[in-house]
Amino acid sequence: MKTEITLKLNGETRRLDVEPNDVLLDALRESLGVKSPKIGCERGDCGACTVLLDGKTVRTCLILAIEVDGHEITTLEGLSRDGLSPVQQTMLEQGSFQCGFCAPGMVLSATELLEKKPHPSEHEAKEAISGNLCRCTGYKPIIDAILATGRKRA
Amino acid sequence: MSELKFVGKSPSRIDGLEKITGAATYVDDIDFGARLLHAEVVESPYAHALIKSIDTSKAEKVPGVVRVITGKNFPYRFGLYMQDRFAFPTDRVRFVGEQVAAVVARDAKIAKRAAKLVKVVYEELEPVLDLTKALKDDAVLVHPDLGNYTRCPWFFPQAGTNIAHWRKTRKGDIEKGFKEADLVFEDTYTVPRYSHCAIEPHVIVGLYDLSGRLTLWSASQSPYTQRNVMAQAFAPLGLSHKDIRVVTPYVGGGFGGKAGVSMEIICAALAMMVKGQPVKVRWSRAQEFYNTYQRQGVIARIKLGVKKDGTITAIEHSLHWDAGGYVEYGANVVNAVGLSATGPYRIPNVKIDSVCVYTNLPPSGPYRGFGYSEFHFGLESHMTRAAQKLGIDPVEFRKRNAIREGDTLAYGAKMNPCGMQEAIDRVAKEIGWGKKEVSKDPNKVIGKGFSCFWKAPAMPPNAASCAFIKFNEDASLNITVSGMELGQGLLTVMAQIAAEVLTVPVEKIRVELPDTDRNPYEWQTVGSHVTWGCGNAVKAAAVEMRGKIFEVVERAHGISRDTLYLEDEKVKCRERADFELPLRDFVINGIQTKHGNFLGGPILGSGMFMPEFTSALSDPETSQGGHPNVHYTVGAAAATVEIDKKTGKMRVLKATLAVDAGKAINPGLVNGQIIGGVLQGLATVLYEDIRFDVKGKLLNPNFTDYKIPTSLDMPGEIVPIIVETPQPDGPFGARGVAEHTMIPAAAMIANAVDDALGLRMKTLPITGEKVALALNGIDYEDVKGSTMGFCYVGHADTYKFHTKGSRKG
Repeated sequence: MKTEITLKLNGETRRLDVEPNDVLLDALRESLGVKSPKIGCERGDCGACTVLLDGKTVRTCLILAIEVDGHEITTLEGLSRDGLSPVQQTMLEQGSFQCGFCAPGMVLSATELLEKKPHPSEHEAKEAISGNLCRCTGYKPIIDAILATGRKRA
Repeated sequence: MSELKFVGKSPSRIDGLEKITGAATYVDDIDFGARLLHAEVVESPYAHALIKSIDTSKAEKVPGVVRVITGKNFPYRFGLYMQDRFAFPTDRVRFVGEQVAAVVARDAKIAKRAAKLVKVVYEELEPVLDLTKALKDDAVLVHPDLGNYTRCPWFFPQAGTNIAHWRKTRKGDIEKGFKEADLVFEDTYTVPRYSHCAIEPHVIVGLYDLSGRLTLWSASQSPYTQRNVMAQAFAPLGLSHKDIRVVTPYVGGGFGGKAGVSMEIICAALAMMVKGQPVKVRWSRAQEFYNTYQRQGVIARIKLGVKKDGTITAIEHSLHWDAGGYVEYGANVVNAVGLSATGPYRIPNVKIDSVCVYTNLPPSGPYRGFGYSEFHFGLESHMTRAAQKLGIDPVEFRKRNAIREGDTLAYGAKMNPCGMQEAIDRVAKEIGWGKKEVSKDPNKVIGKGFSCFWKAPAMPPNAASCAFIKFNEDASLNITVSGMELGQGLLTVMAQIAAEVLTVPVEKIRVELPDTDRNPYEWQTVGSHVTWGCGNAVKAAAVEMRGKIFEVVERAHGISRDTLYLEDEKVKCRERADFELPLRDFVINGIQTKHGNFLGGPILGSGMFMPEFTSALSDPETSQGGHPNVHYTVGAAAATVEIDKKTGKMRVLKATLAVDAGKAINPGLVNGQIIGGVLQGLATVLYEDIRFDVKGKLLNPNFTDYKIPTSLDMPGEIVPIIVETPQPDGPFGARGVAEHTMIPAAAMIANAVDDALGLRMKTLPITGEKVALALNGIDYEDVKGSTMGFCYVGHADTYKFHTKGSRKG
């Protein structure tokens, strides 16, 4: 039986009918048309489906859509709407990504870190993205961009 | 040549903004609306079995199910180099997880539920999981019909055996070579299977529309090859190339896994059965592991003859490859290694046997490195050991024997220009070779390991690349190629090449992703050949446009075209300093004469490149006579590794890798390949550890149990080094580098472990667990056999090689 939920998605209030077992990742991609969270493993290993739930990173493949009723979700689309954030700008300049598939999750994990710790250490940066797998870059250009963003801040 | 303005620089990636904003569209992101159908396959639980019957009646009755399809509906074989694979097998299954049927339904959940209702009756056969058994005279055959398969002329399958291909290379006199040697040294090395682990799983949508056209939106490295393989497979249904269109948006990592055709054939077959409705097949992570391609396993025996002064006199290299149930692409990996398993060394007497063996394990195929990572592990371990036995420094030993331009390769052709010596020297310097390092922790020891590498693209001799370029009104450019952006930065590099010729800045150039209806031909984006091949095509197209520009200016202004040149998006004249004509003034609208008419019009360019000098024709007993490889890219690498003596845990403190790029069109992107490739290589040594059970079922098809590195596993430091010895036939001297960067990883770690502990590891991976067991005198293979699950290759030291017999069939 479908249940109506209400959530704030990238600043906009959206209503949606969901089955109790609908996964949030599928609801975002198929019902709400938000495509930046990617399907990589469907078991919480790869982090490609990461979004911010009330400002904190979560893996949407491990959450049911019904659980986010009344909550706020930010995806990369929301983050990019009014131009690039400082960490996105640095990642762009430094060529942090290759295939780009992990980028949405990486950017959101980096965003959460920089909100909490504006000047993160190298280990903190590594820890923050350790749940986001990347097979192309060796992680170095992503870590470098996070640290450079921290350094650029006054 | 005048100074380069765009080539050799590192502008931002032209796909950067799309990827950083989430605007980049991958196949699974395309909306097909409410008519989209979803598929679920029914998989074989057996590694080897006859299909006795398939009952689809229950599944067909489930509301929402549109069609259930089996091999009866679609009994066609396909394959890139040999047609040994099936959209759906009709008579037998050859690996656990092979598709025997598929359910197409209105939604994915219904398809999944209905697939469970398809009843398949099997007659289980003895699976072929062990290479020793596979090669016995009375072996169970994986492909009883092997002799009847359509194949390329340079494959030599042996009907009535499990040998799908046997590449023999013979040079000089091997017996004489060993007689001349002061040291003849022999050993065996084992490399297991690996999985690509691109973060995007394979996904494809197929639509066979009501007019009879088949369009495929495919996460692929090979749009044209997919079209060609499909057209061949579907010829019995009346489909030809013009009826098939393959569109490839951004792809979320390939590493060889998305080359050729694997699961895509299933979607194409299903689409043909549900005319007018698009159908999506998206692989789960588990299917990604067992039903696309895996990297082959290999057991390699090396016998090396060396003089006291360190000169190598002879090498005998026998490689037996566990190639899985289908080898339509994988047999070419075996072929490539059979030509190049000397490594980057000048060796007068050579005997190579590279044998492709069918087993009932997942199909094997291309994986970044195309067999070279596998054979370099043994070869480069062996080189260090030979040097040690002779009391020669391993780096000095390599320098003495390193290949040089003009040397005769194992198959008789000449070596291209290469900076092997420079690469070795710079890596040795960067790693501080010869300087022993001591850990601050008394429980830890530090060792250093060195490895050289080389690799050639493995391509058919007529693998071609093409480019179209058009100007827009503002003198910006659109380039269409069918080379694929896999993350390596192809789009940016093609833009830089066109920019250099036409003086249009990179920011004003778009390079479009492939669509076989619109973009011109490219064989495939594999073999690290597109910077070279596709780059040559783009350069040729740009040069053609420059010629047209000068031609129209000559006609309109009466200035000899020989005096014209391009600078800063303007046509200028060497003899008339006052003459200056911006491209934007005429590249679409032409140049107006005093009569009011216009000359010229839109400037277009087309370019093509095919390596006309290559040939796969050679003596099958020696491989002499052909020119199968276009060129080799060479390099060297080293690592400093700290090892905990109690736990065996290893940490790579520093790694460095030098690759001879010929000319780095974009040094930033080359460095990106080095850093990413080194980590992917280290992963195959330190982390990734594939396991099958005794019946051939993959035990760890997920990222929890099959570990790929996270950000916390990064080495302390990776120092990329670019060597530039120009490739005469490359665009601005460039040659490919992408695969090469992971090739030396396994041997350099094995050599570092030996340097630190005096412990020679001859089987990959080299996990901390294995090192700790070995330090305690426990044979890992024995432990694994009893408690850690079945390992498919058995014990390397007791493995029997059968390479003396002649080929049958």
